Amino acid sequence: MSHQLLLSLLLLAPVLGFFINGFNFSSTKAIAVGTLGTLCSFISFICSLGLVLKLGGLPEDQRRLTVEFFNWLQVADLKIGFSFIVDQISAVMILIITGIGTLIHLFSVGYMSHDLRPAKYFAYLNLFLFNMLLLVLSDNLLLMFVGWEGVGLCSYLLIGFWFSDPAKASAGMKAFITNRIGDVGFLIGMFILFFQFGTLNFVEILSRLPAVAELGWTGPITLSCLALFIGATGKSAQIPLYVWLPDAMAGPTPVSALIHAATMVTAGVYMIVRLSGLFVLAPNVMMLIAVVGAATALFAALIGLTQWDIKKVLAYSTVSQLGYMFLAVGVGAFGGAMFHLMTHAFFKALMFLGSGSVIHAMHEEQDIRKMGGLAKKLPMTHATFLVGWLAIIGFPFLSGFFSKDEILWSVYASPNGHPLLWFIGVCGAGCTAFYMTRLMALTFWGKSRVPKEIHPHESPLVMTFPLIILAFFALTIGWVGVPHILASVLPGHIPNVFEHWLEPVVPKLSFIGKSSLLEWALMGISVSVAGLCAWLAFDFYIVHKERPKSFVLKMGKLYQFVSHKFYVDEFYKQRILDPLIEGSTALWAYVDVNFIDRLTYFIADFTVSAGAGLKSIQNGQTQQYALYILLGLVTTITWILVG
Amino acid sequence: MQNIEAIGIGQNHYLILSAIIFSIGIMGVLFRKNIIMMLMSLELMLNAINLTFIAFGYFNGNLNGQIMVFFVMTLAAAEAAIGLAIAVMIYRKFNEVNIRYFEQMKG
Amino acid sequence: MFLSTLIFMPFVFALIVLFVPSKYIRSVSFGLALGHFFYSLNLLRFFDSSSHAIQLAQKIPWLPSLGITYFVGVDGISFWLVLLSTFLTPIVILASWESIKENVRGFHISLFALTSFMLGSFLAIDGVLFYVFFEASLIPMYFIIGIWGGQRRLYATVKFFIYTMLGSLFMLLAIIYLMKLTQVQFGQMSASILDWYKLEIPFVAGEFINTQTLLMIAFSLAFAIKVPLFPLHTWLPDAHVEAPTSGSVVLAAVMLKMGTYGFLRFVIPLFPGAVDYWSWVFLLLAVVGIIYGALVAMVQPDVKKLVAYSSVSHMGYIVLGLFVFNNYSVTGALYQMLNHGISTGALFLLVGLIYERTHSREISKYGGLASAAPWIGICFLIVTFSSIAVPMTNGFVGEFLILLGSFSTKKPFAVAASTGVVLGAAYMLWMTKKVFFGVESDLVKSEKLHLKEKGEKFDLRWREVAYLTPFLGLIFWMGIFPGHFLSYSTASLQHLTQSKGHYELQVLFASENDSKVVENNYQGK
Repeated sequence: MSHQLLLSLLLLAPVLGFFINGFNFSSTKAIAVGTLGTLCSFISFICSLGLVLKLGGLPEDQRRLTVEFFNWLQVADLKIGFSFIVDQISAVMILIITGIGTLIHLFSVGYMSHDLRPAKYFAYLNLFLFNMLLLVLSDNLLLMFVGWEGVGLCSYLLIGFWFSDPAKASAGMKAFITNRIGDVGFLIGMFILFFQFGTLNFVEILSRLPAVAELGWTGPITLSCLALFIGATGKSAQIPLYVWLPDAMAGPTPVSALIHAATMVTAGVYMIVRLSGLFVLAPNVMMLIAVVGAATALFAALIGLTQWDIKKVLAYSTVSQLGYMFLAVGVGAFGGAMFHLMTHAFFKALMFLGSGSVIHAMHEEQDIRKMGGLAKKLPMTHATFLVGWLAIIGFPFLSGFFSKDEILWSVYASPNGHPLLWFIGVCGAGCTAFYMTRLMALTFWGKSRVPKEIHPHESPLVMTFPLIILAFFALTIGWVGVPHILASVLPGHIPNVFEHWLEPVVPKLSFIGKSSLLEWALMGISVSVAGLCAWLAFDFYIVHKERPKSFVLKMGKLYQFVSHKFYVDEFYKQRILDPLIEGSTALWAYVDVNFIDRLTYFIADFTVSAGAGLKSIQNGQTQQYALYILLGLVTTITWILVG
Repeated sequence: MQNIEAIGIGQNHYLILSAIIFSIGIMGVLFRKNIIMMLMSLELMLNAINLTFIAFGYFNGNLNGQIMVFFVMTLAAAEAAIGLAIAVMIYRKFNEVNIRYFEQMKG
Repeated sequence: MFLSTLIFMPFVFALIVLFVPSKYIRSVSFGLALGHFFYSLNLLRFFDSSSHAIQLAQKIPWLPSLGITYFVGVDGISFWLVLLSTFLTPIVILASWESIKENVRGFHISLFALTSFMLGSFLAIDGVLFYVFFEASLIPMYFIIGIWGGQRRLYATVKFFIYTMLGSLFMLLAIIYLMKLTQVQFGQMSASILDWYKLEIPFVAGEFINTQTLLMIAFSLAFAIKVPLFPLHTWLPDAHVEAPTSGSVVLAAVMLKMGTYGFLRFVIPLFPGAVDYWSWVFLLLAVVGIIYGALVAMVQPDVKKLVAYSSVSHMGYIVLGLFVFNNYSVTGALYQMLNHGISTGALFLLVGLIYERTHSREISKYGGLASAAPWIGICFLIVTFSSIAVPMTNGFVGEFLILLGSFSTKKPFAVAASTGVVLGAAYMLWMTKKVFFGVESDLVKSEKLHLKEKGEKFDLRWREVAYLTPFLGLIFWMGIFPGHFLSYSTASLQHLTQSKGHYELQVLFASENDSKVVENNYQGK
């Protein structure tokens, strides 16, 4: 099949699924609609496999397939095609999206089997898939923005999927509006780029870049990168726009796995990697990205330490891991960011689905204080979750280890990096190890605290099968990106396939003058910090169960502060939303009703009273009228005679 | 006629007289409250005009003035007829012929 | 002849309706209006989209001594607005099928008259003729709101009428002055806009009292009230709230466009100097309107008022696009005129059909409508997305082009206006959440039960499906294939933006006879 056909099929399959299930939205046949949705997603996966194979078959410097369907928008110099590009970066993305997407569709068949509106769910899920593919495949910024907003839209619909609950509907709204704030940034960045380079096409932009980096803060490239980064903070839940992601957990759990862990939230990282040639020309913005990424990584990890909702813990963990990706991007390790994006997609999707399996088994109970000892009841879920846990805390030779280590090493060694950022990263990794172990300990290990009326049972195969596949990849996917120092000692000298794959399209970091000894040392430090924290958590929650309480008491206010998520939501509400609403009410009451309308009334009243005043002249007394006639006559005659 | 000229009565005298009569008429229309009196004052004004016409006709030596006077007299007759009719109607309605009662014309 | 037929056909319809037995009024009017719409589609055939000239023109002397003619023609600027007007009439008739119960005959006659006047004002090339149509369109609208409106309809109609009338009077003065100016400069009086374009109107930068500035203010006042531009907008929420659904739809979708169309046809090309110098005032008011409208919409307790204020915000975008005046922004503004017509029209239709079921417009009384009436929910959601400019819907293309264009030359305004993107999403989604999501409220429950007892459907009925489908189709069509629509306007808009200050338009007459008339007449400098 030609690549045009493959690409069309890749995009059309989810659309078709969306329409079939969408028109049939009230159907309750979960199996049928689920199979259809999964099938569409699977067709896409096959197509993307085909595309990637085709791409791999091309010579290394020509790996780029382009397809233009039609001309979308053309006004003067602006020419936006509905056109797509498959290159090394988007190839990785489409594989992740359709591959993990298919698994999550499959999982959903089991998860949503008792839901009232499965068809609607699968329709939205397919629509999301389409938009996400649009986002990663588009060859220009505007079409990317279409997907960008499209995934936000699906996220809105899916978070508010059970809209009868006002809190869930609100969470969807919050996600959409917070994303919109970022989108404005994206739009502005796009405008600056368009007027700077005269095009929105990625390839053309990158070919028209100046040779020298831009210093200061006010240059067009810096400003556009800054604006685009604001867009990325919205979509990828970075400080200060991360607040929507934890709330987004209101949606069905597979949605959290697909949208809010594996794919959509990484769109910001993808976008920056896509424009990496541009971003490296704005060192100030790069520094800002690194700082924001590091801050988010630590900040979210800290909040994660105190959460009791299994999905909230994972959500903050996602925010934190996204922070790592931005940290990597910020120091110029674009390959590392993509690598972590990929490994994270696998292990975080795995853990979300695992938590979904737990929640399903617990009859929608999400509080980990009411779990415990589930390892025996849910052996398969536990086993796969275990893999995810080990991967995320960076246990050697699992996927998370490779990617996190690469990021931390780049942060330390890159010319744009800084040891302080590395230190924050390691602290974050420690926190991650702690809260993930805490999650494992409270959910699966120790004694059962499950309420008596709930009898947890292992999920059906349709749900555990995706878990197994994901666990397999979480175990092994890291081996595509083995760092050089490890490869040099390991038998077989496994090459860094991933880095090699991305090399032609992503700027490469140079680590000249950094000794491999240092890298070994850093790797050792991060692994041991993670191990220490994991052990600490194990000690806290399994061995000495009284310790957390006394610790909390000791920390007092600080603990309160962290467990209330640093009062950021409250701050936004009190300082921004409430004044906005009050201000608007005041505007309406004072400007519209009391000022403009009053003024209108005043003019109207003036007219009426003027009329009333003049009316008295016409009082009906004939003799007065006669007098007016006389006066008029006299005046006229006088005027004629004198003038 | 020549006598008149002989005693020194000229065109101006006629005009002055008619002006005086006209003014009396105006004052009557403006300030008398009785409709009958107002109508009579109107007649007075018309007649003052008639006097002017005749005087001009005489002193200019043509008949135009006299012709105009006939028109005016016809008009005066018509006006008096309608005016008196209205006066009668007012009297019937209000038992008065005071113009004050005729205020309904106001807007 | 085609355009004149198009304009006066509804008048004939009104006459026909006068004699139709009352049982068949609705169906006959619907058939006639539908026929009129299909007839108007001939425009697509006759119109040459590659030319920026006034096409299919027809010119008949009317008051020769004053140079006033019956002069109609169409170009890329008015093209889609004409089709929008004809498109809406049958839809509005369908939408008021059940809600209008009294004096059905009068209603349809008013509606046809309104269509006719609206078409006339978009097609008139003669200034006086435009004024006549522009003003006359108030009358049927006055009746529609005043007779078939809500409880405070008299207050609303008077406010609406006097506001708009006041502005137009200044425009009349300006029109007369321009006619006089043609006499002074060309030796013969003319009311043709095309001749006015050639006028050299004295302008002094920096001074308030000079001919061009004063004329611009006079015209702008009329159009700004119609648009409505902040702070002249307060008539709109009242008029919308009191108007029947059909009135709201036509008002929002077409009548407001008469204001922006006026800016595009008169103010901008006629007074280039003054517009250039004073554009910041318009831009400021537009941006303030965008933000102000959105903020105030956010706190409205009444669904219709919310939509009305959202109109203020959306129309602000259009004015912003017009006065930034480059190819992108003007194209975007023209597109946004259509978009606003489609999306706000559909919003009012949906609000209307919800009102028909529940007899309440108070947002706080609603809840859970999406579970009670899922199809209504779906339609509303789609229209909401169009209104908040989600990509792939029509709204996005317009808003994007306007912001893009504004950003090239007026960055601060563009950045300020883009906050409207966020606020717009906020109020629309807030309303969607309150009305459609959550648990079914008492009102929804009881009305659902009530309708069930009566044996009527609570969700979308077929008649409603019939009139909503075209809107939904257009939302996506215009969003995915904007080229199909923009291609008709590109030539005109390009010509307009490129020939700033020396704008002239050629005329292509519809038939031989017409052009002879013109040869005898005065033809400019």
